[in-house]
Amino acid sequence: MTFLPFARRAGVAALTGLLLTAAPTALLAETPADTLVVASAIDDIVSLDPAEAYEFSGLDYVNNAYDGLVEINPQTLQLEPGLAESWSVADDGLTYTFKMKKGLTFSSGNPVTADAAAWSLQRAVKLNKTPAFILNQFGWTAENVDKMIMAHGDDLMITVSKPFAPTFLYNCLTAGVASIVDAETVKTHDAGGDMGNEWLKSNSAGTGAYTLVSFKPNEGLVLQARPGYWRGDAKIKNVFIQHIPEAATERLQLEKGDIDVARSLTPTDVEGMAGNADVKIQSDVGGQVYYLAFNQKNENYKNAKFLDAMRWAVDYQGMADTIMKGAVIPHQSFLPQGYLGALDDLPYKLDIEKAKALLAESGIKNPEIKLSVRNSADRMDVAQSIQNTFGQVGIKVDLDVGEGADQLKAYRARTHDATLQTWGPDYPDPNTNSSTFAENPDNSDAAGNTGYLAWRNTYDPGELTAKSQAAVMERDPDKRKAMYEEIEKTHRETSPFILMFQQARQTGLRATVKDFYTGGAVDAAAYWLATK
Amino acid sequence: MAETPSPPAVRFLTQTGKTLFSLALTFLGLLVVTFIIARVVPVDPVTAILGERATGAQIAEMRARLGLDDPLWQQFGIYLWDVVHGDLGTSIRTRDPVLAEVGRYFPATLELSTLATIIGVLIGVPAGVLAATRPGSIFDQVTRLFGLIGYSMPVFWLGLMGLLLFYGHLGWVGGPGRLDSAYDMMFDFKVPAVTHMILIDTALAGEWAMWRNAVSHIVLPAGILAWLSMAYISRMTRSFMMNEMGQEYITTARVKGMPERRVIWVHGLRNTMVPLITVIALSYAYLLEGAVLTETIFAWPGIGRYITDALLIGDMPAVLGGTIVVGCVYIGLNMVSDILYRLADPRAR
Repeated sequence: MTFLPFARRAGVAALTGLLLTAAPTALLAETPADTLVVASAIDDIVSLDPAEAYEFSGLDYVNNAYDGLVEINPQTLQLEPGLAESWSVADDGLTYTFKMKKGLTFSSGNPVTADAAAWSLQRAVKLNKTPAFILNQFGWTAENVDKMIMAHGDDLMITVSKPFAPTFLYNCLTAGVASIVDAETVKTHDAGGDMGNEWLKSNSAGTGAYTLVSFKPNEGLVLQARPGYWRGDAKIKNVFIQHIPEAATERLQLEKGDIDVARSLTPTDVEGMAGNADVKIQSDVGGQVYYLAFNQKNENYKNAKFLDAMRWAVDYQGMADTIMKGAVIPHQSFLPQGYLGALDDLPYKLDIEKAKALLAESGIKNPEIKLSVRNSADRMDVAQSIQNTFGQVGIKVDLDVGEGADQLKAYRARTHDATLQTWGPDYPDPNTNSSTFAENPDNSDAAGNTGYLAWRNTYDPGELTAKSQAAVMERDPDKRKAMYEEIEKTHRETSPFILMFQQARQTGLRATVKDFYTGGAVDAAAYWLATK
Repeated sequence: MAETPSPPAVRFLTQTGKTLFSLALTFLGLLVVTFIIARVVPVDPVTAILGERATGAQIAEMRARLGLDDPLWQQFGIYLWDVVHGDLGTSIRTRDPVLAEVGRYFPATLELSTLATIIGVLIGVPAGVLAATRPGSIFDQVTRLFGLIGYSMPVFWLGLMGLLLFYGHLGWVGGPGRLDSAYDMMFDFKVPAVTHMILIDTALAGEWAMWRNAVSHIVLPAGILAWLSMAYISRMTRSFMMNEMGQEYITTARVKGMPERRVIWVHGLRNTMVPLITVIALSYAYLLEGAVLTETIFAWPGIGRYITDALLIGDMPAVLGGTIVVGCVYIGLNMVSDILYRLADPRAR
């Protein structure tokens, strides 16, 4: 093709001419030294009220503007005291006492009290926005929450409906919805009984390292550090999160130095920046898992040998390295790396011969699979790799490509045969994935339990349902961990799910930026430790 | 009895009435089409609002609340009533009134397209005239090639290449976005939002450093869109001019000894103005609605990107509201070009 290079040259020459006549002197500024400029796709933000935010970008903000009673350390990703200095649980397992730290203040200067903490949690339950279900699990409703969460002097007394595993409560209290807000300030901005919901969409009232200066949907948000943050003042005074959805654009701006952090890069952009000394790539895991699921309305998928044959017919490592180019890592259990009890070993790998032998043992002749795939490039590539390796084993795969929404509809109605899907955990406790992958209290069509992935695949997990329900009640953390490990092991060996990958995040940073933490699979980004 | 010509005032009123009627009809057509499209696309607004975890009961409740279970004609009636009363609904994603959001995003597109059209006209019309007076010359060939490239190259490719060269390598212009991030952060505090057009608002606020920075950011996307419109305008000008230059009155003017410059630029061009107005208006309208890709690449917070973003997450009120506004602008521009047409051509009065 000679046309393209020529056209490019001609185009460039023409544009040069145009700009020489029209362009003024461009004023190009590097990012200011006291500001961290983060480029990201933030069009997912619905609200900045911590009781309502439930999208990645919204939760990143909440993590930096608010704190909970219990927090996750951004560096170790372990639980640590937040606004409560200590806590204890009564012998009945129903009553918790959180002792509040003394001397902490909200950004308004108001003191952090047990009253404010109680009001914040009550507020989140009463507002009943999307993430409220995380709190509702403990039996709290708009009617009873005033009695179940109460302040007694410096202590916050929390009552739960069942003797749950304490780690279950602690993990859920690290979620954004359990953030403590400045009750006095927020109450003054009540509009029609909305408990300040509208006001908090564009204002902050928390204890976090940053306060919100401005927010323009689909454009950006500006944060400013508040002096006297209890975990130590933020290292960088301002954070500007700019909405730049186009990955190629982000890459260009990062290389140019117009932004400090690029959060929506594609593997292609990451590859393209290799060798640029001004830029570095940070890889860490995210919470999403990629899996294949087979609907057991098809009797073939109840055949243990057949399921096993398919587990050995997936090119886990090959796909992660080539098709996904580092956007995922192989992961073969339903709990993502970083979760309590997650199994990180990889027992399965591509072994065509073994898979063939297992298929022969299964007694199923010339099996055919109709695999539903949503029409995005990476999903299609993964599906085609599976089609190829399954084909080598003797399993014919037909790809049923369609819109994500349509496929989700079929999946929820359990009319699919097999499907390639992802699942993101809802809150930082293993129960979130265990309950959906390994529990199915009623497998009948009439039950309509679409919230359970097991139900969607007509999979009756047998004793796993009870085991998973027991694990969320186990009060000894070590035992609880061992229970999840056992459930995952049984699940991956017997269920009609093949867990393949866990999401990996690739963040582009200017070489000078240090200590930018994305929160891994369990938490959101932390800006206050970053330096540049 | 011979019909007496009606007085000018009556004629004007009838004409205006006819125009208004046809406008109302077009508007109604626009509403019907957008409404049907919104019902036909396979985007489920309920899933968009409630997410994947919703239970059957929650879905049913939300369907009822959105009125999705009502008969279609009834839904359309409610929709029509709301739109006529200036209520474009509430965005599912942000839960802000769509009209307010569109009011914020549309000026950014308007600013970009207007600048692009001005550049396109200032370069395209003279280029077309010159090419028409020297058909087959080097200048004509170059203009044609240049126009062809501008017209046939995908705009996202031009945009990315432009960014790579003028921003990435040469550093002559600002990058994506309407301002450098340092200015962008301060913008809301220093510049009151009057028109939502950045060049005008910064100038009104007297923030000249910011204004210059905004110019450096707008010049590349505007230049690329201008290329697109210039290609079209110059080709059309050329063909209109060629047509005019063969007319008898041109020959007459020449025979009278009128200077060639005057023949071309006054007599010839004046007469091509009539069809040219329609061409320019159409190209302007095209930019107003068609700048989606440019807006995405240049991170430009305009209406095209607003509609696309909304569509991708199934925020149908935002998509419909945005489409209606763009449609109205299109209708409005057609009307303006009609009026200008009458002003420029006495026969059409």
